Amino acid sequence: MIFLTEEIVTVKDLKKYFITKQGTVKAVDGVSFSLMKRETLGLVGESGSGKSTVAYVIMGIYPPTAGRILFRGKDISREAGRRPTAMKKEIQIVFQDPGSSLNPRKTIKQILELPLKVHHISTNEGRTEQVLALLEMVALPGDYMYKYPLAIGGGERQMVAIARALATNPSFVVLDEPTSALDVSVQAKIINLLIQLQQEFNLTYLFITHDLSLMRNVASRVAIMYLGKICEVAPTVEFFQNPLHPYTKMLLSSIPVISKEEEKFKPKKIVSRGEIPSPVNVPPGCSFHLRCPEKREICSQVDPTMVEAHEGHLVRCHMLPEA
Amino acid sequence: MAARLLEIRDLHVGFDVYGGTLKVLNGVNLTMEEGEKVGLVGETGCGKTTTAKSTLSILPMPPARIFKGEIFFNGEDILKMGQREIRMVQAQGISMIFQDPTAALNPVFTIGEQLMDAIKYSSFRDRVSKKERRERALQALRDVALPDTERILENYPIQLSGGMRQRICIAMALATESQLLIADEPTTSLDVTIQDQVLRLLGALVKEKETSTILITHSLGIVREWTERVYVMYAGAMVETASTEELFSRPLHPYTKGLMKAVPKLTGEGIAEGVSGRIPDYLRPPTGCRFHPRCPHRMSTCEAERPPFFTEGGDHQVACFLYKG
Amino acid sequence: MEPAGTTELTRKWKKIKKAWYKFSRNPLSIVGSITVLVVIFLAIFAPFVAPYPEHAGSFVNFSEASKPPSLRNPFGNDTIGRDILSRVFFGFRFSLIMGLVVLLIAVPPGVTLGLLAGYMQGTWIDKIIMRITDIFVSVPALVLAIAVCSVLTPSVFNAMMAVTLMWWPWYCRMVYGVASSLKNEFFVQSAEVTGAGKLYIIFREILPNCYGPIFTKISLDMGWVILIGSSLSFVGLGAQPPTPDLGTMVADGAKYIPDQWWISVFPAFAIMFVVLGFNLLGDGIRDMLAVEEV
Repeated sequence: MIFLTEEIVTVKDLKKYFITKQGTVKAVDGVSFSLMKRETLGLVGESGSGKSTVAYVIMGIYPPTAGRILFRGKDISREAGRRPTAMKKEIQIVFQDPGSSLNPRKTIKQILELPLKVHHISTNEGRTEQVLALLEMVALPGDYMYKYPLAIGGGERQMVAIARALATNPSFVVLDEPTSALDVSVQAKIINLLIQLQQEFNLTYLFITHDLSLMRNVASRVAIMYLGKICEVAPTVEFFQNPLHPYTKMLLSSIPVISKEEEKFKPKKIVSRGEIPSPVNVPPGCSFHLRCPEKREICSQVDPTMVEAHEGHLVRCHMLPEA
Repeated sequence: MAARLLEIRDLHVGFDVYGGTLKVLNGVNLTMEEGEKVGLVGETGCGKTTTAKSTLSILPMPPARIFKGEIFFNGEDILKMGQREIRMVQAQGISMIFQDPTAALNPVFTIGEQLMDAIKYSSFRDRVSKKERRERALQALRDVALPDTERILENYPIQLSGGMRQRICIAMALATESQLLIADEPTTSLDVTIQDQVLRLLGALVKEKETSTILITHSLGIVREWTERVYVMYAGAMVETASTEELFSRPLHPYTKGLMKAVPKLTGEGIAEGVSGRIPDYLRPPTGCRFHPRCPHRMSTCEAERPPFFTEGGDHQVACFLYKG
Repeated sequence: MEPAGTTELTRKWKKIKKAWYKFSRNPLSIVGSITVLVVIFLAIFAPFVAPYPEHAGSFVNFSEASKPPSLRNPFGNDTIGRDILSRVFFGFRFSLIMGLVVLLIAVPPGVTLGLLAGYMQGTWIDKIIMRITDIFVSVPALVLAIAVCSVLTPSVFNAMMAVTLMWWPWYCRMVYGVASSLKNEFFVQSAEVTGAGKLYIIFREILPNCYGPIFTKISLDMGWVILIGSSLSFVGLGAQPPTPDLGTMVADGAKYIPDQWWISVFPAFAIMFVVLGFNLLGDGIRDMLAVEEV
């Protein structure tokens, strides 16, 4: 019984501002998207784009400044502390840095037991069995239970983090740069594991990364963010074959690739100019205009709205007036 | 015949830890001529940074230990040099860019102070006046395309972005006018668009100053775009070396092939499994070829003997018994 | 890979071995721990190892008064004929007890308040706790102890209470620093997101990461508390005669320096011995508890 078009998560005009001494940081400034069951939405962006902040607000680590988050239709637009406990079972996150996402003073067994304890998933006796089952799910040996996180490699720590996230049998998992700190061969293993687990447990993923090549192999739809706003969203194949937003094209053309086929596939080289502005000082009009090679006068005055260029392919850019 | 710029010969380095000695470098061989742009690619823990630090003589000597090997710089063995000579090499011969620009810059000194210090210490015996140091510092900042150089001299590292900090580290490394530059993962902490800018800049600068460069990275893509010749490293030894073009069109070593398959690509299907297994435990490393436990093509001889480099045409060398004879 | 059949006991033993390795990297730590063990031994078994245990109480023998160090009395005798070596052994008892009591009473509330304030950083709980801490911190421990002891009857007990009152805020501050920086770590956020309660997070996630600084500080503080206790006794506000307290003994002999130097000097060295031992031990504990990457 697979409801192919069931909407699991919807984010509507989400905003998150942080008030700091330097000014208001508009980390997330009006982001909207939906996730269907069993799909993987990729969220791509560089530093300052707000992609991780989106994840944290969805998880409830921060309360949203404005906008709404819906999970299976229910409004969960508040901090984790004020969400029902049952909700916390359903939504889980795998953090970026395996070194600090596992408490260095706890054993792997204690780390994996916590979600089981909180949600009363098994009794005292059953927990050890459960932990062994979780370790087996991520292909780690059972005697890892008694090890401490720093005694095992980065890739293995990340697998423990994945096992922990899946301990409560969630339906939605946020993956915040899960492999950025890892080597390529370890990354391959983890990505393949994630894909396999998604199929086995019918999971929906929000996959966040700055690595576009990785995104192409993992996501079914890709959204690219710049300074707190989404610039372009499209199904993966369309996104890579027909990128429309100048920032997307700039990013794609800067990726270092390793084969001639890929070289030919990349869009024409756009030499990136300038630095990414700080989210405290968002440029007026279109936030990208200072670095945009195709900028026009209107770009520095008016912020463009999201427009559907092709089916399922939305862009926010003055260059594309066709609706 | 003039001596090579750099020749590392059969370098064995270990670290003393709880439980024994980590035998990290297991006979590293690397050669380099003047003016080359060489890449050293390998994954975390393979020993690339240890090799770089040995060359610069900045390994903490306990717990590190050099068991055997030689590092010839312009014909002289660095490992046998006295303190004074080592300092000469560090000041004027070799300079290094480290991975994390935030950690490499001292947060309590201004950029100007740090740059001018670098220039002062690299000039070694020749006294350079303060005025001239400031001039050279400003020029170094201009060389790395930083705007507003006067203001940057007065800034503290925290006031600048990651890309700018890395450019300043590059400026510091190049201001010393060394013969050899070792860049250890110089763009890992930067965004892709900034990374592209910084690498272009570095390329232009080393060409202009005729600095020979070793670029250490775990990114195959960067190596392909930036270097002329590549060494692939695994578990403390070089497993393959060739010109960049040759390596990417005809990778030979099973590890190199596995790595290339594991890199996510913009074309083609999915991500291959890559390389199974884990990196070896340096306390009790595998005998013979250190890659053999993970190798899909392993033979009995691989466990018994360490493969030397076999030549496969031109300067393409592979340390693998599959290519023997 | 752990071989099959490894039991809980084997694992614990391995942990102990590894901890000892880390501790013993620095030979001075071993010196420190031996010193502390010697002091503890002497303190506990003073009645049995001291050559003249009766000299620790009310004992007077003017025929042996002010005798210089000799084979019979290695540390010499004081002005009323008591053997200083024996009294030093008993003096260790009071020093250690003082340290133990003060820390046992001061540390738990200090640590708990620090954890609470640190984890709830930014809320009114944090502000209240830290302002109270600030008030206590701004009063010098020794001065307050002197004031308290002057107003109430001077005694070891009152001295200990006064010092304890001044001691807990330092633990609060230290733990506050660690806890407030840890609360933004991913592993804490992971526990929050999973639904763990605040108390669990404070005591089972954050506290274990504070053990290093806490126990190191405890060891160093033993030295400090002993010094302060001795200082109080020196000015007559701590232990009262005939109690053999190291500080009191130094005070008693102060007027006889330099002629009968041994009356003050040996007790002073004893204080130094104890304090140095705890300091070196503290370094070792810090090394042992440090979390390191393989």
